[in-house]
Amino acid sequence: MVVADIIKLLDAKVISQDIDMNHPVKTVCGSDMMSDVLAFVKQDAVLLTGLNNLQVLRTAEMMDIVCIVFVRGKTPSPEMIEMADELNIYLLGTQYTMFDTCGILYEAGLRGGRKVNE
Amino acid sequence: MNSIHYHYIVDGEDFARAGEASSSLKSKLKQLGLSPDVIRRCSIAIYEGEINMVIHANGGDIDVDIFPEKIVMVLKDTGPGIPDIDLAMQAGWSTAKEDIHDLGFGAGMGLPNMKKSSDEMNIETEIGVGTTVTMVINVTS
Ligand SMILES: Nc1ncnc2c1ncn2[C@@H]1O[C@H](COP(=O)(O)OP(=O)(O)OP(=O)(O)O)[C@@H](O)[C@H]1O
Ligand SMILES: [Mg+2]
Repeated sequence: MVVADIIKLLDAKVISQDIDMNHPVKTVCGSDMMSDVLAFVKQDAVLLTGLNNLQVLRTAEMMDIVCIVFVRGKTPSPEMIEMADELNIYLLGTQYTMFDTCGILYEAGLRGGRKVNE
Repeated sequence: MNSIHYHYIVDGEDFARAGEASSSLKSKLKQLGLSPDVIRRCSIAIYEGEINMVIHANGGDIDVDIFPEKIVMVLKDTGPGIPDIDLAMQAGWSTAKEDIHDLGFGAGMGLPNMKKSSDEMNIETEIGVGTTVTMVINVTS
């Protein structure tokens, strides 16, 4: 799966200026808790979140997250958009809730990190 | 032995700027050409520690020394100290309140993740004086 597929599946709005539609995406993490993201995210991940502050971007930077999808219609501030562009992290927005966003991507074949104790 | 040294001052008053030291270190480690695994583990460890310095203490200093065989990160704050380190190290244990949760932190996952990400971790703390967390990450070639 690639970024373009995520956009299509989630009927997502592309917030970032420059976006590599063909960047591969392998796993997904959905959370509003950044310390969970820091504990569980795997490679080439998409982050689904309803949290809307600069630490979402810092967390994504630390974890080399490919793209962030803001769920339930949340929109990042201009400062966040600028920072994401600098960090080369793609920002998307969807009107779906967290549950539905996860469900749509799961149904399309994407997975998270299995059980945390495995 | 020669090492590369970096010093960062962490502002305890400004949550929006928390993570700037971690971000800066991460780019330095990339420039030095360290392995992705080492960079990832350092980034997680220092960022969780930096966030703790801002949300639980009043900020402080971070010193990083990069040796050929290891990276040593020392995070020193002048915050309230940690009354029970064993308890604080337990996954899920946190004193953070609603205001911290709203910022996306306070799940009690930081310290266990810092320990997991580093090869050695040591916490020195004194109530009312502050906390110093030292983490060592081995560089395997
Ligand atoms: N530098 C510090 N100074 C004082 N207390 C600290 C410090 N770091 C951690 N603590 C205490 O230890 C507890 C556990 O820390 P930990 O980082 O594991 O979780 P958290 O910061 O509460 O949540 P999370 O890291 O998941 O956002 C904290 O809630 C806090 O009470
Ligand atoms: Mg923490």
